[in-house]
Amino acid sequence: MALASTATFALSLLLFLPILSSAILEKEEEEFSEELLLKPLPDRKVLAHFHFQTEASMSEDSFARHHHLFPKSISQLVKKFHIKAMELSFTQGRWNYERWGGFDPISSQNAKPPGVELWAVFDVPQHQVDASWKNLTHSLSGLFCASINFLESSSSYSAPKWAFQSALGRLRYGTLPREAVCTENLTPWLKLLPCRDKAGLSALMDRPSIYRSFYHSQRLHLTASRTVADGLDSGIILEQALTVVLEPNIQRAGMSYPSETKIQPSWSLSSIFGRKINGRCVLAKSSNVYLQVERGLVTKLEELQENTAAYASNDIGTDDLRWNLGFDLTVTPDRVHRELEKNSVLYEYSINGYKDTEQFDLGLTWKHPVVWSSSHAPLYASRFLMGSGNERGSIAISLKSTDLTKGFVAASDLEERCKLQVNVLQIVPWYIKVYYHTLQLLVDEKPQVVTDFVERMSVSPSEDKVSLGMMELILMLPCDIKSAVLNIEFDKGFLHIDEYPPDANQGFDIPSAIISFPDFDAGLQFSNNSISNSPMLSKLQENRPVLSYTEVLLVPLTTPDFSMPYNVITITCTIFALYFGSLLNVLRRRVGEEERLLKNKDANKVAFLRRILNKLPARLRGRSSESTQPEQQSSSSFINPILILKVLLVAGIAVVWQYYSK
Amino acid sequence: MKTEMAMGKKKVQWFWTWIFGSVILRLILIYFPKNLNLSSRPEVSTPLTSIRRLAEGYWLKQSSMSPYAGSMYHGSPLLLTLLGPLTVTRIEGQPDHLLCSLVFVMADVVAAMLICAAGKKLQAAYSSSLQFIGLHHLLENSDVLPSGDFAALVYLWNPFTIVACVGLSTSAIENLMVVLSLYGACARLAPVAAFGWVMATHLSLYPAILIIPLTLLLGYGPDAPPRKLFWRRKNPEVDNPTSSDRSCLEDESINEKRMLNIFSWRPVVLFLFWALLWSSYVLVLCGIYVQQHGGLREMFKRTYGFILTIQDLSPNIGALWYFFAEVFDFFRSFFLIVFHGNILLMIVPLALRLNHRPFFLAFVYIVISSMLKSYPSVGDSALYLGLLGLFAYELKDMQFSFFLFSGYVGVSLLSPVMHNLWIWRGTGNANFYFATAIGYACLQVLYLFSLIFTSLLVLILLLSLFSPLVFLN
Repeated sequence: MALASTATFALSLLLFLPILSSAILEKEEEEFSEELLLKPLPDRKVLAHFHFQTEASMSEDSFARHHHLFPKSISQLVKKFHIKAMELSFTQGRWNYERWGGFDPISSQNAKPPGVELWAVFDVPQHQVDASWKNLTHSLSGLFCASINFLESSSSYSAPKWAFQSALGRLRYGTLPREAVCTENLTPWLKLLPCRDKAGLSALMDRPSIYRSFYHSQRLHLTASRTVADGLDSGIILEQALTVVLEPNIQRAGMSYPSETKIQPSWSLSSIFGRKINGRCVLAKSSNVYLQVERGLVTKLEELQENTAAYASNDIGTDDLRWNLGFDLTVTPDRVHRELEKNSVLYEYSINGYKDTEQFDLGLTWKHPVVWSSSHAPLYASRFLMGSGNERGSIAISLKSTDLTKGFVAASDLEERCKLQVNVLQIVPWYIKVYYHTLQLLVDEKPQVVTDFVERMSVSPSEDKVSLGMMELILMLPCDIKSAVLNIEFDKGFLHIDEYPPDANQGFDIPSAIISFPDFDAGLQFSNNSISNSPMLSKLQENRPVLSYTEVLLVPLTTPDFSMPYNVITITCTIFALYFGSLLNVLRRRVGEEERLLKNKDANKVAFLRRILNKLPARLRGRSSESTQPEQQSSSSFINPILILKVLLVAGIAVVWQYYSK
Repeated sequence: MKTEMAMGKKKVQWFWTWIFGSVILRLILIYFPKNLNLSSRPEVSTPLTSIRRLAEGYWLKQSSMSPYAGSMYHGSPLLLTLLGPLTVTRIEGQPDHLLCSLVFVMADVVAAMLICAAGKKLQAAYSSSLQFIGLHHLLENSDVLPSGDFAALVYLWNPFTIVACVGLSTSAIENLMVVLSLYGACARLAPVAAFGWVMATHLSLYPAILIIPLTLLLGYGPDAPPRKLFWRRKNPEVDNPTSSDRSCLEDESINEKRMLNIFSWRPVVLFLFWALLWSSYVLVLCGIYVQQHGGLREMFKRTYGFILTIQDLSPNIGALWYFFAEVFDFFRSFFLIVFHGNILLMIVPLALRLNHRPFFLAFVYIVISSMLKSYPSVGDSALYLGLLGLFAYELKDMQFSFFLFSGYVGVSLLSPVMHNLWIWRGTGNANFYFATAIGYACLQVLYLFSLIFTSLLVLILLLSLFSPLVFLN
């Protein structure tokens, strides 16, 4: 009875599903928004940051549920592996923290280490986390046509406890620095978008211009919230972000200026991507383009404006467009947001109104040469290898103070001892055998006692062929620090011939170290509350610690000779045969006197047998055993008939064996 | 008589001068910056004996982790308690590892003293037994230097020992334990012998096979000519009254008792009892030390398991590292069994053949194990080259001795060069270094061969000297 009622209910559900789906309910459940942030960078480059966000509610009971906008493969992934949060990034090139900034949300959230980086937090019991991770890597590997499945083995992922994120041991983190990222990874990533790259902002993604860029990083971030909101069980938020640093074509613009090295190249969307925006993706809730003018640039432009104001006293337009003096925009922004304290400015364009006939092409033309610098992280982190040769070396992480720290010191001069907290996460593969007791800290180029500055330290040493080595550190450095260098020694391991990759002489990669500054907040604060409905801007405003990745290190390891394993095996076995044979030979050599002694003694069984064995060859040689001299014995042992007999026996056995084995 | 005394005094003085000189040399070398980088040489520090790994193990233990976490330390927990604190103690203005170095220098000197004492016991026993069978005239021409003193000096002045000591290789302590057990057995001190054996086995596993020669040594007494000569001696005693000295008849009667009392069980049982006691004591101590970190099971896995499975493939003077780096994984366990089996296979034949010379048997076992062990270092060679001095007299006409000497010199000069070419300059490849390792292995095989061959020749000599008395009638 109950069964029947459920069946009818299911049937009716099936019948009404099309009607339901067209209803408002579903529309509310799934949302999609697309945004693009453009930002001129100090070194004549342009940053383009695409941000797509898809949200879906997810209820536990609906197993084979249909999604309208949300990619089904992703929701299945989340459901199957109980993912709480996950981030996968494919990156090529290195984010230049010195020039492109290290203190804004873009650099701390979207700058990623080269290759593939994957981390995931699972909502399963502790002992199942590893199994879930393994399955997840395989699924993602299939989804994104990448060798993420190499992260499956326990020697390629780790579980940072607190230096990266705190997730109570349910976090797994792995990187593949060597992974080559190409369009075959981008295509499946674009497939997850409702409009793919056919319409909307994603239509801008011209493959040649993206892969010609200095840095590109495609990112997929998943958050599955289990909180009961809107009466629904749970929701998944899928963020897809593509960050590209491009250099505008210089030939086209800026040739007319005499000081062309000083002036920034002018650019437009069509000049950097070769395409224009044909209108929004109709499925998107919001579809905006932003242009960010960062703080350093705004300050410079204001100075410039004051200077020009001294020449010409004519009034300069509205307050919002005051900084427009330095450059011209081809399209007037719909809105302008100013940041509260840090002065950066955001121009917002809505592309809802653009169509095929009326394409959106934002262009920026510089009027005056401006030189500015991006805001930096408190300490500029870099990492390098020391030592030569293939036996040992050391890894050094150097932290240098930047302009920000100097300002910071000036501000906090009154406080007696201000401390700068730095979290360091360093992961090394097992074949880099790190001696953790050799950890050295040099503050302002003077060696210091490590325990004075290390607040907390946790080490999980690497185990050969089983696990990675991981070191998490919290450093408390004085604010007036100029430089700090962490130095740790290692021995290079020697691998089995099969463990070397095909290009073994290229070297092995040590994944980037992660340096974060939890006291500093990378988020931007905008005054206008109305922008909080834009997912990207709310993301930019999130309070996130400043985070930076160091360089990937390339360690050359010694290689054995790959071409001749057989020679090694045979030569070594020959040595062993030599040992065994010569020792046996010398041990079974009996002195003539002893033999006689044995004969004279009362014969026990063994002696009897031995006597017979000794007599037999003597008889065969036609000599009496008494006249046998030790020298003759040893010289004639090579033509010993017993030996011939044995050889014949062995040969006979071999022949029989051959015969029967056929 | 007086001149003899003076001679003896002079000799003693001379001996101590040389010992003192070797200590001074070590101290001078220690004061070189960074120990001349010897502590990171592959010839000196294997994964088992490296002081850096020990310091890492101690650091891990201090930061409340298992000393065996990671694949760094594979030694004994007891060494960690002994040497660990010394690795972190620094004295202002002194070299970093000064205290550790002093421990190793002391270990070397004590080992040399024990070799010397054992040599004296051996010589006394040998001469008395020769006297007993009436061949004491063989000893007339051996007035150069007591073999014990000679062996001690050879051990201390051997470049291998010096390098291992200055390079802070823990093999100095392993060697000390082996020598201690041998001395204990020679002096019939069962507790000392048992302690040395248990500790040596605990530290490096291979000395476990020494239980056979130690038992023989305790049971039969030190090396002597084959026992059948004594039987013979007893029977035709009346035939050759001139050959034995009348003045030492009392001595002889005691000797006779000892010689003819074939196997005395008492010291052997005592030895086994003490061995059991010491090993349980060591296990309890280790157990206390590692109880928070996986217990004894983990310790055995990380020490003996590491030795037996040859996981670390970093180069050393042996040939096995390269073999296991190249061999197909499928055959790995097979070859592991074969190579370790090779050590065990020869135990019984050697024991049967050399059972009348237990000390020499122990020596041969030491040579074999230091040749075939998984992570050999020059410290192991140092021990058997030092013990060679004890048999210098009988092995003086050893075959190929000049060839062997030049071989050892050549290999020890070529091996660092090849290592440098391969690892540091990158102009050579692994085969260059492996070739010297193979050369070294061949040399050791030849050494072992000529060692046993010569000792059997000495036996022939003895028998031929003895046989006219016996066999002519």
